Amino acid sequence: MSDSSIVVDNITKTFGGVVANKDVSLKVKKGGITGLIGPNGSGKTTLFNSIVGHHPIDSGSIKFEDQEISTFRVQQIARLGLLRTFQQTRIYGKMNCVENMLISIPHRKTGFWDMFASRDSETQENADRLLEFVGLYEKRWLRAGDLSFGQQKLLEFAMALMNEPTVLMLDEPTAGINPTLINGLIDRLKRANEEFGITLFVIEHNMRVIMNLADHIYCLAHGQMLAEGKPDEVQNDQRVIDAYLGAH
Amino acid sequence: MNTGFAKSVLYVCVLALGIFLPIIFPAYIGQMTLLWLMVIFALTWDILGGQMGYNSLGNIFFFGVGMYAAAMIQVSMYYDLAEYTSPAGGGIYEFSFSQYFTGMTVGFTVAALVSVVFAIILGRLVFGLRGPYFAIGTLAIATVAGELVSTWELVGGGGGLSLPNFPGEPSGSRTLFYSMMFLLAIATFSFLKWLYSTRFGLAINAIRDDEEKAEGMGIRTLQHKTVAWSISAFFLGIAGAIFGNFNNFIEPLEVAFPTTTFGIFMVLMVLLGGKGTLWGPVIGAVLFHIIKELTWTYLLGWQWVALGVLIVITVVYFQQGIMGWLMEKYPHWFGIRVEGAKQRLSDMMDEAAK
Amino acid sequence: MLDNILTNIDILIGAPALALDMVVNGLLIGAVFALIAYGLALVWGVMNVKNLAQGDFVILGAYVAWSLFNWGIHPFFGIPVAFGVLWLLGGGLYLFDFENKLASNMSTGRRVLFFAGFCLIGGLLGMTIVDNGNYSVLASVPDTFFIGILIAVFFVFLVFGGIYGFVIRKVIERDLFTSLLATFGVAIVMQQSMNLIFGSDEQTVSLGMESISMLNNNVTIQPTRLVAFLCAIVLAIAVVMFMKRSRMGQAIRATSQNARAARIMGIDTEKVYAFTFSLNAAICGAAGALVAVIWEFQPFIGLIFSIRSFVVVTAAGLGNLPGVIAAGLGMGVLEQTGAFVIGTQYQQAIVVGMLVIVLLIKLVIASRKRQVIDT
Repeated sequence: MSDSSIVVDNITKTFGGVVANKDVSLKVKKGGITGLIGPNGSGKTTLFNSIVGHHPIDSGSIKFEDQEISTFRVQQIARLGLLRTFQQTRIYGKMNCVENMLISIPHRKTGFWDMFASRDSETQENADRLLEFVGLYEKRWLRAGDLSFGQQKLLEFAMALMNEPTVLMLDEPTAGINPTLINGLIDRLKRANEEFGITLFVIEHNMRVIMNLADHIYCLAHGQMLAEGKPDEVQNDQRVIDAYLGAH
Repeated sequence: MNTGFAKSVLYVCVLALGIFLPIIFPAYIGQMTLLWLMVIFALTWDILGGQMGYNSLGNIFFFGVGMYAAAMIQVSMYYDLAEYTSPAGGGIYEFSFSQYFTGMTVGFTVAALVSVVFAIILGRLVFGLRGPYFAIGTLAIATVAGELVSTWELVGGGGGLSLPNFPGEPSGSRTLFYSMMFLLAIATFSFLKWLYSTRFGLAINAIRDDEEKAEGMGIRTLQHKTVAWSISAFFLGIAGAIFGNFNNFIEPLEVAFPTTTFGIFMVLMVLLGGKGTLWGPVIGAVLFHIIKELTWTYLLGWQWVALGVLIVITVVYFQQGIMGWLMEKYPHWFGIRVEGAKQRLSDMMDEAAK
Repeated sequence: MLDNILTNIDILIGAPALALDMVVNGLLIGAVFALIAYGLALVWGVMNVKNLAQGDFVILGAYVAWSLFNWGIHPFFGIPVAFGVLWLLGGGLYLFDFENKLASNMSTGRRVLFFAGFCLIGGLLGMTIVDNGNYSVLASVPDTFFIGILIAVFFVFLVFGGIYGFVIRKVIERDLFTSLLATFGVAIVMQQSMNLIFGSDEQTVSLGMESISMLNNNVTIQPTRLVAFLCAIVLAIAVVMFMKRSRMGQAIRATSQNARAARIMGIDTEKVYAFTFSLNAAICGAAGALVAVIWEFQPFIGLIFSIRSFVVVTAAGLGNLPGVIAAGLGMGVLEQTGAFVIGTQYQQAIVVGMLVIVLLIKLVIASRKRQVIDT
């Protein structure tokens, strides 16, 4: 058993002629918070999609807890305990927040007949607790589609926690969130990491957020791995600064 | 008023109407049997179309499958089916009281099972299709089934076959099939009421709202979709078996696989009543049946045009349906609320008062 | 039945000239299929509406040509007339925006009042001009009164936007099933109205030309098919040139790629949609005039044409004009051969069977990917 949760080894992904990821390798440390940064169009989301099984990869290998998952489909991967949130928030819009939470239980632990399980108080309490945790408790009977964008993002985060994943991959968790809420969100992400022991892997544009949050950062540019290291190392890396300022 | 009490009054009223109306108006008992059939159509269509977001145009397939499965069993248990259906045969086939009811019991059971098996097999195929392709694909399945049965000589081909005659007074048969259809409608409703309260209901709603997200969260989507379709098929299969016996004669294109009549009615009824709700399909079915009977009576010749116009108007201008409209107008009736909003408001008022 | 099929296949293998006959005739009718499917692909691609009434537009076009033929007008003139009639029905007048010009300042109540008055005038006119002696609806009022009202309603319907203005416009932005079901409703209204107006008998327009035989009478070409083929080609070329060269054609293509961007750039997408839909209806109408010449038709045969064009577009993929033409021609050949091998009475089953096969192929292709995403 290695101490890495996700090991991505030399993966390449092209769309038609466009090379989105070229020979990218990285490791996500178990129990840690790993960050992924890079300018727009550098292939971060493509890398996420490759890992969670959204599309096939051209070459390379992806391992999750020492198991090769590069040919698995989304559901299989999700049921291993590797979960992602979307950049464009996705929640079940016509259901209320509580229902959104109740259906986000860890399906990998359920059998066929659990499909017809009625609502139990334990799950209900868990859902309430997590809604409280992200600050949506008062709005829990509203339809999720009627919430503001930032609130939907928080709801999606709560749903992910409800699923009790071992690894949670977050695609720009703070994009579109009111700046005053961002600190609270960082705090909650850290608490989720510490209290629930969930490994986090985060794409983020906001440098202040990622520097505060992550303990190890990878930087992608033009589909290739540019730099990696501790936050302050990456922050002071000339190549990273050049990539962000557009010098080539 | 206490909503729980209001609901029980409503249920008792519906039950009382179902039991006493045919006794008060015995002339309309056939119409009322059809009404309950429409309710079953709407309820079963809504499982996929309303709750799961998969708009099937071919659910009528299971109706026909159940009808033919039951008919074949009921006849072949006591006679040679090929001889029975052969145009040259012309023999007299009598079914005694016990033969009739044994055949029916076995036939109905088989009808339900065969429908479910078909649902599981076909589910593997059609649930790979999404959006309009699913609708068109299911429609194609029902149409092909009708065409195939038309060429199947064993069951009488396009000429159809007659079912065993009821061993007794005709009025007895009418009461029997009315009660069966009524009980099946009640059973379907109760089962779905329970089903939507379980995790399964939430899961298929999740699939409706965002299937990709549901997959990403680990929900076994194919399993849920197949089970939902099987439940639909189960009730439709039995409904088909009952309707075949009620009609006493079955035939592939107009009775068993009528894609352009019953097949479309079920969609329209759900849209009219409000899809994705429990009561919507029931209300829609009742309303539609009344409208249909009125147009069939008073617009003779133009009834189909009127039906087409009704489809267009419902779909284009009133798609949320009656229940959906109520939900928009009175959201608090359906439990959509902000907790504590009132409290906060009164707090503010108190503060202002100080 | 299986024996029959096997014997027929044997015959086909034994006589290549017969097979050639199938191919030639199949290609000739395939051109008409391709034309209809092109219209469907246009509407599908530009406004994301799957038009299930496609086949009924075609049959209405056929009835227009047939009516003219009965009045002694040559079917060739039926083509432009059917084109025009269907253009109006599809929503050609929506482009002139009569609603704004005539009724923009009117309150809903006054609109209803005007509408009712107009209908009443229509009914009274109908009653006074013709009294055919039928009193089936109300004993004291002749039926022509009600027919007059219907004609008045239809007139209002056409002037204020036709099928586009009253149905399609409202479903463009909605989910896919809505447009499918709405156009299905339109299809029912159309086929039933045609049934009531023209009767359910099979009709055809005969050009009275001798068929041409070649290769020892093994290959028989009906000149009607040849003429229809040529007309279809001319029409298709005209439409394609229009789409490539004209201002409107460019606007349509821009809208199909990104409607929002087109709107921002000042294209009136509403008008583009109206134009596209009425153009499609008009194409169907013209194709219908060709159908009237080739086949016998009746009011309820439209659905088959709709399914055919669905098969063609699904097989070819959207926005793929050469693909649509190739698939349309292939459809003609397959259907011609299938009708010979399996039997003409299974025509409908063959078409639907082809649909199932095309969908299955799509499924297999999709399932080979890691993730099935298709809308």
